Amino acid sequence: MNGARDWRGLLFVAPFMLLYALILVFPLFRGLWLSLNRVDLFGDGRFVGAANYVRLANDPIFSTALLNTFKVTLMIVPVLTVLALLLALALNNAGRGAALLRGIFFSSAVLSVTIVTLIWRFVLAPDAGLLGEAWKAAGWQPLAFLSDPHLVLPALAITTIWWSLGLPMLLFLAGLQQIPHDMYEAAALDNASRWTTFRRITVPALRRTIVLVVMLQTAAQLQLFGQSQLLTAGGPSGASRTAVLFLFETAFGRWELGYASAAAEMLFLLILAVTLAQYWATGRGREASGAR
Amino acid sequence: MDRGRLTPVGWAALLLGALIMVAPIVWTLLLSLKHNGELVGHSGAALHGPYTLENYAAIFGNSSTLRWLLNSAIVALGTTAGVLVLASLASYGFARLEFPLRRTLFVIVLLGLAVPSQAVILPQHQLFAWLHLHNSYPGLILPGLIAPFSVFFMTTYMRGIPRELDEAAMLDGASRFTVFWKVILPLTAPAQSTLAVFTFLGSWNDYWWPLISATHSDMYTLTVGLAAAQMNYAQTSGLGYLMAQAVFASLPIFVVYIAFQKQIVRAMAGTAVR
Repeated sequence: MNGARDWRGLLFVAPFMLLYALILVFPLFRGLWLSLNRVDLFGDGRFVGAANYVRLANDPIFSTALLNTFKVTLMIVPVLTVLALLLALALNNAGRGAALLRGIFFSSAVLSVTIVTLIWRFVLAPDAGLLGEAWKAAGWQPLAFLSDPHLVLPALAITTIWWSLGLPMLLFLAGLQQIPHDMYEAAALDNASRWTTFRRITVPALRRTIVLVVMLQTAAQLQLFGQSQLLTAGGPSGASRTAVLFLFETAFGRWELGYASAAAEMLFLLILAVTLAQYWATGRGREASGAR
Repeated sequence: MDRGRLTPVGWAALLLGALIMVAPIVWTLLLSLKHNGELVGHSGAALHGPYTLENYAAIFGNSSTLRWLLNSAIVALGTTAGVLVLASLASYGFARLEFPLRRTLFVIVLLGLAVPSQAVILPQHQLFAWLHLHNSYPGLILPGLIAPFSVFFMTTYMRGIPRELDEAAMLDGASRFTVFWKVILPLTAPAQSTLAVFTFLGSWNDYWWPLISATHSDMYTLTVGLAAAQMNYAQTSGLGYLMAQAVFASLPIFVVYIAFQKQIVRAMAGTAVR
C-alpha cells in the first residue's frame, strides 16, 4: 500500500483543492492582471501596462496612507511586544491568580473589530467618553483624540494595543514554559541578579518567540483597517487613512478596480517581505541556538 | 520556570494593567444599562443608578439585530462545519496517500499561508458577482473554507498518528475511506475541536469579507450590522441602546471563549513551539 501510485488520493484532496484554486489561486493571478488594466465597475477594461503603478508612485494620498500605516505599525509593535513580554513574565510568577488574570488579559482579543471600535469610540470621545469624563473630573480640558490630526494615530495605536495584547502574551507564556528549570537553578547558584538572569537566560531562550511576535504583529498592523475605517473614516483630512483603507475606498467607493489592484499588489509585496524575513530570522535563530 | 515570586510592585502593576483592560468593558456594560435620555450630553451618569434593562428589551423588539445574530450564527457554523470536512479529507490525502502531484499541491497550499486576504479581495468580489453569490449564505461562507492553515494544521496532526493503525485495519479488509472514517477521524478529535474553535471565532469576528459581500441589511452579519449602527449613531441616537447591542453581540463569543479556554491556550502554545 505504501508508495503505490494511487489516484484515489486525489479524490480526498480534490474538494479542498478545487475550491482553493477557484477562490484563492485564480484571484491571485487575476489581481495581478487587473493591476495592469484600467478597469471600472463592470467589464474588462483595457491594458495600460505599468500605468497604475506609476500613478500610485505619484499619488500623494497613497504615499500619505502608506506613511500613516508605517507610523501606526511603529507605534504599536514595539509597545505591544514589550508589554506582552512583561505581562507574561509577571503572570508566570503570579502563582494562583495567574489563570484568572490571563483570562482577563486575553478577553479583549476575542472581540470583533466592530465591538472594539464601538467600545473605544465612547472611551475616547471628548464629550461622552470615559477618558473625557475622567479628564473633566480632574478639571482638565478633554482631549479630542479622534479629531486632532496629531492624536488620531496614537489613539488608533492605543485601541489596537488594548485589542491585540492577548495573543502575544500567550505566545510568550508558552515560550517561558519551554525554558528548562535547571537553567534558572544554575543562575541562582551563581548568585546572578534578576536582571542578569533575564538578559542572559530568558531573552536568548525567547529569541524565536520574540521574532515570531514582532513579525506576526508587523504583518497584521500593516493591514490595519477596521479601526481606522470605523473610528475616524481615515480623518481628520486623511491623517489616519491607512493603506488598506485607501485600497477599500479606491475599490469600493470609486470602483477604480485596476488602480486599487495595483495598491493591493504593493501591499502584498510588503507583507510578503515581512513574512520572508520571519522565516529567515527564525531559521537562523534555530542554527544559532545549536543543540536546543 | 519560576524566578522567585512576584514583588508587591509587580503585583500592583499587574492589577493596574488588569484594571485598564476591563475598564472599557465595564464602561460599556454600564452605558448599556442606562436610560438613553439620561446619557444625552452627560455620559458620566453611567457611573451611578438607576439602571434599567430597557435597552436589552428593545433589542428583542427590533428584528434587525436578531436577524444579524441569526446570519452570524449560520455563517460561523457553516464555515466551521465546512472547514472541518474539507480539511479532514484533504489532510488524510496529504498525510497518508501517495498520488501524483501530492508534494506540489501541498506546497501550493503552504504558499497560501503567505497571501493576505486584501491581496485577493478585489478579484474575489468580481468572481462572486459573476456567480451571483453576493448577499447569500454560500457567498458569505465559501471564502472562509479555503484557509490553508486548516490543512497544514490537520495534516501535521495526522502525520503524528502511527501508521500501524491504518495498516492493521487495511489487513482486516477495510477500504481507504473506512480507515479514514473509522480509524483516523476519531483519533483527531482534539485537533478537530481546536480547529473548530478557531474557525468559529475567526468567522464570527470577520468584518472584511461580509462588509464587501453583504450589502443588503437583512444579509448583514453582526459585525457589519453593528458597524452600520455606529456609523449612523448620530441619526439613531440612543447611546445606551448602541452599547446594549455591543454587549449582546459579544455574549456568544464570550460564552465560546470561556467554554473553550483550554483549547485556545493549548493551540497558542502549539504555535509558539512549532
